[in-house]
Amino acid sequence: MLQIYYCAGCRRFFHPPNPICPNCNSFDVAPRPVSGRGRVVTFTINRQAWTPELVEPYVVAIIELAEQANLRLLSNIIGCDPSEVAIDMPVVVTFAQFEDVWIPLFERAGDV
Amino acid sequence: MFDRLFEKEVAITGVGQSEVGRPSLKSAMRLTLDASLEAIADAGLRREDIDGVAWPGDNNNGNSFSPVGPNALLSALGLKVNWYGGGYEGPGPLAGVINGAMAIAAGLCRHVLVFRTITESSARTLDKGVSALTSKTIGRDSSYFWQWYTPYNVISAISFMAMYAQRHFHDHGTRPDQLAQIALTCRRNAMLNPKAIFRSPMTLDDYFASKMISTPLRMFDCDVHCDASTAIVLSRIDAARACRQAPIRIEAIGAALYQPWSWDQISLTENAAFDVGRMMWARTDLKPKDVNAAQLYDGFSILTMFWLEGLGLCPRGESGRFVEGGARIARGGSLPLNTNGGQLSAGRTHGLGYVHEACLQLWERAGERQIAPHKVAVAAAGGGPLGGSLLLVRE
Repeated sequence: MLQIYYCAGCRRFFHPPNPICPNCNSFDVAPRPVSGRGRVVTFTINRQAWTPELVEPYVVAIIELAEQANLRLLSNIIGCDPSEVAIDMPVVVTFAQFEDVWIPLFERAGDV
Repeated sequence: MFDRLFEKEVAITGVGQSEVGRPSLKSAMRLTLDASLEAIADAGLRREDIDGVAWPGDNNNGNSFSPVGPNALLSALGLKVNWYGGGYEGPGPLAGVINGAMAIAAGLCRHVLVFRTITESSARTLDKGVSALTSKTIGRDSSYFWQWYTPYNVISAISFMAMYAQRHFHDHGTRPDQLAQIALTCRRNAMLNPKAIFRSPMTLDDYFASKMISTPLRMFDCDVHCDASTAIVLSRIDAARACRQAPIRIEAIGAALYQPWSWDQISLTENAAFDVGRMMWARTDLKPKDVNAAQLYDGFSILTMFWLEGLGLCPRGESGRFVEGGARIARGGSLPLNTNGGQLSAGRTHGLGYVHEACLQLWERAGERQIAPHKVAVAAAGGGPLGGSLLLVRE
């Protein structure tokens, strides 16, 4: 489940996490579950293999989560042809496990 | 808003630049000494006159992005200084100029040597990945913001630049053939710059044939690594007027950031450029229409477009139409742009190169690429959350 830091003082999510809210400077902040749904704000199809282990193409995108305007997360879009990715495309979170870390990635969602 | 505008007490009195190599066979220190001694002599000063050193990099010798720091340079030259400072970036690659001007206005120094040395070209002969985001640390950069990017194979800054460009294209209808004019204009200017790395002609077809690196940005939208050092001398205005050539006053600086220090949480189609522009124009009676020449950061071509808009040199969202066809930004146009070929074709001297070129043009010493005599120029550097600008006026 995707969790994003939430400020109880001004009732707003913020990212990346910090011990203080950048909006109201309240310390009353904690991670809170979100729907994992959002839209592509912008993206790029990377076509350069920067290191030997990288397989191109891959899509880097900035996602706006459904919970709040401008609540943004950078991630990859997986599970579809890169040419299908477009600004405003609806996406939903999925997770990839690396040892004890689960990295949030996004895939194309049905229209919501 | 402020009752004292410190930059008006400071002028540029000399400039210098080493050879620009890809790679250079000279050491980073030798390049730095070549640039520094040329700048000091250009101001008509002796090394004994220099009482401050500034630069926007590490204090001590570091990686190829920051191979010589102020500690090393002042020791090598035998300088006796009242103040010196380094430190990464601040408000972009022009931070050294702004810091040096502050030291003069604060009464610490009369003549500050500002320099920027970079050896990314020779470093890349050993390791192609050296200029990527990963080069600043061992393994993948996990510092404050980067920990949110590098797990997604954001290895180069181009990932952000490409996403900014994509959104600008989407919001404002900017087209690839418009963006291409930045690279084409730089190349035409570089053909007249004997120090430029790339001097062969480039056509629109050549641009479109260059490798797509990260949509919509191609190889020719990315600047070219080099080994070089650039230096300028800043002087207190009264001392500047006793120097060899007409002082180039710092009429106004821009260094603002009203957004997070982040590459994804900022305005994706403005970056810091609009904050910087608002600050700069609030500190002068001059207006954007008074600017005769613009030297604007082109580490990636899209950033030049942001600076055109952010500094009010064209309306917001209109940079594509402004540069279309290239006539306005040509050497004979209404706003000559990156007249030495920019970082895209002349080499990634990283920031101070724009100031160097602005001064050569203002002093009418730019050789074959000299534009019409003029008095007002603007230089700006940075992208994402980094940004600084200088409005320069020749007395």
